Amino acid sequence: MKAPDFDYCRPGTLAEALSLLAGADGEAQPLAGGQSLMPMMNFRVAAPEILVDLAGIPELRGIARQGDMLRIGAMTTYRELQDDPALQAVPLIAMALPHIAHDAVRNRGTIGGSLALADAAAEMPALMMTLNAVIELAGPDGPREVPATEFFLGYYETACEPDELLVAVRVPVAQPGEVFGFHELVQRHGDYAMAGVAIRATGVAPIAGLAVGFFGVSDRALRVPAFEEALTGTDGSEAAIAAALPKLDAIEFEGDTKISAETRRHYAGVALKRALKEMLA
Amino acid sequence: MTGPATIFDRPNTYIGKPEPRADAARLLQGRGRYVDDLNLPRMVHAAFVRSPHAHARIRAIDVTEARAAPGVLAVYTGADIAAEVTPYVGTLTHMAGLRSAPQYPLAVDVARWQGEPLVMVVARSRAQAEDACDLIDADLEELEAVCDQETALSPDSPLIHEEFGSNLAWERLVEAGDVDTAFAAPGVTVVERTFRFGRHTGVTLESRGTVCDYDPSENQLTMYYSGQAPHMMQVILSKHLGLPEEDVRVISNDVGGSFGIKIHTYGDEIAAAVAARMLRRPVKFIADRMESFMTDIHARDHVVTARIGVTAEGNIVGIDMDDLTGIGPFSMYPRTSAIECNQVLNLTGAPYALQNYRARGRVVFQNKMLMCQYRAVGHPIAMAVADGLLEEAGRAIGMDPVALRKKNLMADDSYPRQSASGMKLDDLSHQKAITKLTEIMDYDALRTDQAEARKRGVYRGIGLVSMVEVTNPSPMFYGIGGAPIASQDGATARLDAGGALHVASSITEQGQGTNAILAQIAAGVFGVPIDRVRVTTGDTRNVPYGGGTWASRGAGIGGEAMLQAAHALRDQVLEVAGTLLQTTPEALDIRDGNVVDAGTGAERMTLADLARTVYYRGNELPSDTKPELIATRHYRVTDFPFVFTNGAMAAHVEVDIETGFVKVLHFWAVEDCGRVINPMLVDEQVRGGVVQGIGGALYEECLYSPEGQLLNTTMADYIVPMAAEMPDITVAHIETPSKTSVLGAKGAGEAGTGGAPAAILNAVNDALSPLGASLWQMPMTPQRVLTALSEG
Ligand SMILES: Cc1cc2nc3c(=O)[nH]c(=O)nc-3n(C[C@H](O)[C@H](O)[C@H](O)COP(=O)(O)OP(=O)(O)OC[C@H]3O[C@@H](n4cnc5c(N)ncnc54)[C@H](O)[C@@H]3O)c2cc1C
Repeated sequence: MKAPDFDYCRPGTLAEALSLLAGADGEAQPLAGGQSLMPMMNFRVAAPEILVDLAGIPELRGIARQGDMLRIGAMTTYRELQDDPALQAVPLIAMALPHIAHDAVRNRGTIGGSLALADAAAEMPALMMTLNAVIELAGPDGPREVPATEFFLGYYETACEPDELLVAVRVPVAQPGEVFGFHELVQRHGDYAMAGVAIRATGVAPIAGLAVGFFGVSDRALRVPAFEEALTGTDGSEAAIAAALPKLDAIEFEGDTKISAETRRHYAGVALKRALKEMLA
Repeated sequence: MTGPATIFDRPNTYIGKPEPRADAARLLQGRGRYVDDLNLPRMVHAAFVRSPHAHARIRAIDVTEARAAPGVLAVYTGADIAAEVTPYVGTLTHMAGLRSAPQYPLAVDVARWQGEPLVMVVARSRAQAEDACDLIDADLEELEAVCDQETALSPDSPLIHEEFGSNLAWERLVEAGDVDTAFAAPGVTVVERTFRFGRHTGVTLESRGTVCDYDPSENQLTMYYSGQAPHMMQVILSKHLGLPEEDVRVISNDVGGSFGIKIHTYGDEIAAAVAARMLRRPVKFIADRMESFMTDIHARDHVVTARIGVTAEGNIVGIDMDDLTGIGPFSMYPRTSAIECNQVLNLTGAPYALQNYRARGRVVFQNKMLMCQYRAVGHPIAMAVADGLLEEAGRAIGMDPVALRKKNLMADDSYPRQSASGMKLDDLSHQKAITKLTEIMDYDALRTDQAEARKRGVYRGIGLVSMVEVTNPSPMFYGIGGAPIASQDGATARLDAGGALHVASSITEQGQGTNAILAQIAAGVFGVPIDRVRVTTGDTRNVPYGGGTWASRGAGIGGEAMLQAAHALRDQVLEVAGTLLQTTPEALDIRDGNVVDAGTGAERMTLADLARTVYYRGNELPSDTKPELIATRHYRVTDFPFVFTNGAMAAHVEVDIETGFVKVLHFWAVEDCGRVINPMLVDEQVRGGVVQGIGGALYEECLYSPEGQLLNTTMADYIVPMAAEMPDITVAHIETPSKTSVLGAKGAGEAGTGGAPAAILNAVNDALSPLGASLWQMPMTPQRVLTALSEG
């Protein structure tokens, strides 16, 4: 498993990186932490002719508080997130981080890489959707913003065009009274979730302002508005959950070599129940 | 066995001590010498195009573009390689009736499993070789594949080898007593279950690999080999490449795990040797992880339907079983793929005093990767079937599984004796082991906790196994059937001028600490501090002739040879010392590097003084004194086909009935491997084995599509146990030394892997039993647990 030949460049500015991408006619690919891209290249399922390493671009780094938003540069690693006190303002991310892979991967893997890759079982996309984050992109025609809820389009497919870069993500900080829940089902710690859920609510008795992001259930991270509505205004009891769960019909649950689609659907419900229980406790 | 029995009481013995391994620092500092670390001048790299289909006829292969690709030196098809080697057939004469077809390193006309090598590309780098592989156009006609072993024998199944007329490779029936009559007797409850054991594989940290170096000036082939049996490989290369044995040298430096994966003949490795000879330059082949999953031997893959009969008082009257196992399209060369099934028939119920036993085994061909000997060959199946049935029978008659075992396990004072399948048994301690096990796990307290937990809706289970392990095989295992595999091992001990002891052995180190125990034995028996011992293993040119390390034979056989060699050298040195010191050898001893007065321990001379006198100033010795400061001894097991060990293990699990996840809370293993040479290493062998057993029970399975496509070829899809999920594993010992050697060591390497699956199976079913559910398929995945619950 050796990658095919490729050229490598390491631009020092965002503009330089964008012009490299624009000039490559779709044959260039950005390299962030490489924790997903390098294995894909070694398996020869990805074969970019040019790797544009984003490690030397200052514009893609840093965590900064901007009013009610926390702006996280695309090249911020999971490790940097875990270590930064500013993250206390976004407890949901802090709750999820220990579940993402293992130390070695967290030391290199980046939030931008995870969002740009859009693995259906990854945590970050679902978190960003749940938190109503805003994704900042930059391309040949300048910067643009896409709400996280509109960013993930399908299997490894996002609103980010091949000549664009994900620059940062802006995440609303927690408001007083807001509560969060997180649960994922894995056979081994650090594995991709067999089903997972992230929850945000502005009130709990009854549940108000509810957002529920699912991951590891279908071809992408997703929220189901009808399901959120069905749970809103309830006390989050098992009965209320049971009444709301049929709304997950909107999700096309997928089976794999480990579990059937039906089991995955069941798991989504179990994860939801457990996350909610812990959140309301 | 007579011999120097006082060895173990000597002042500077290391046997029985938790000596740290000498090579740990080197390996941890990255100074290991694994095959891939080797870079020889002019070395080139091999990659393979492999069959994408489980069964396909090769119509044509176009390699023109690949030949012209950058860096490519050669492209060889199956026919090119076949012209340079003789084919091999994985049969042995003592496995009566076993058949297999001739096999070449690369597929010639027909590819018979997905992953079988079709074309070899040799280039200046592995990346260039892989680039060229992408340019090869193989025109293949897909043939119907035989994948399901349960339909492989049906008359309308396609055939893998037309000439055999069926897909049956081997069949055996073992019968003792009269099961039918025993089961029909009044008051006998008969329980029947069908067990399924998934395929899994060894997943060594260092993948398979070789560097083959051919020197035409001497017609000398050197194979650097990540493997367990250098002398076996030497014979195989010699025989099939047509080279004199003495012109083939096989070297195993550090080996990063093996587990039985690396004792077989792999086409890609043989092809690397062929290419090296044709190109007259070193060729490296390192299997990548995907190739490891697709082409390392797989194991298990059994479907067993079995019955047990038990009286109301808990007397087991018999076991009746039928084992069907799929082995891939060929029997693996040279050890054959019928051994696992054979072991299942030999070992099922072997801990118990059974009067009536009937076991049928059928081994069938299928279009999947070849199956062969992997750690604890056959044991997990035999133990899970017997002890799974036993605990199910206990539930049926309302008897506690510990009481039921105690009632039926062979008595500790009843040896030597035979098992129902005819195995000769001696020096076992089943009753002591189960008693000790229930003490260390506090069995009664766990049962109380279990009852409490159930009231809270928490489903915990306790499962046990009483087991035997086949170790220290005699020539009856392979040699008798014509395999070029030594059953004896040799050891050499040499005193150097500086007073250091250099030892060499034909057993091999693959990460388990073989070299450490050899040093311990040699140092203590001879009488030097252990840091003055240097150990050489894994080089057919520099070590005595022998079998290597597999079947839990290293310590028991190679260790005994080392003991004998060190003891012989001690006698030789004391002979010289007696002359020099003008006393009798009996009045002297060697301790801590010095010749001492045997009675008082007072130092008489250092070993360095003695050796220097012999080597440099021979004039000081009487002319009729002919000192030999080197000794070699060989050892083989003679009175028994195998030396059996026994043990008892228990698992405590919690089943999350909502998700089907199984959490192992604790594991206990009581092991009787005879004399423990290094308790630290033995405990870690047992723990590592248990973890591998838990892998087979809960996680690991090579999943094939109905068309024979392997679906999980990455470490993300084929999941192995990881540290975070593993329980504490408590290990305890009973030491009943084997009478077959002075050392008295039996094997300890496979017990955990052999026993743990049964204990886990029993624990899960114990947890599920109040819900009326049970599961008899491994691995017990969350999906299968949920399915069992929904059917329960
Ligand atoms: C053993 C292991 C376990 C893992 N477990 C988990 C897990 O449990 N949960 C989880 O979420 N992830 C897991 N991962 C994936 C890991 O989190 C990845 O690192 C992450 O998804 C991608 O981040 P990266 O920085 O490594 O991106 P890279 O691998 O460098 O890139 C990923 C993709 O995104 C593109 N890209 C990267 N940055 C940008 C950008 N700024 N703009 C546009 N495109 C960009 C790349 O071109 C590439 O296509 C695991 C990985 C490993 C190896």
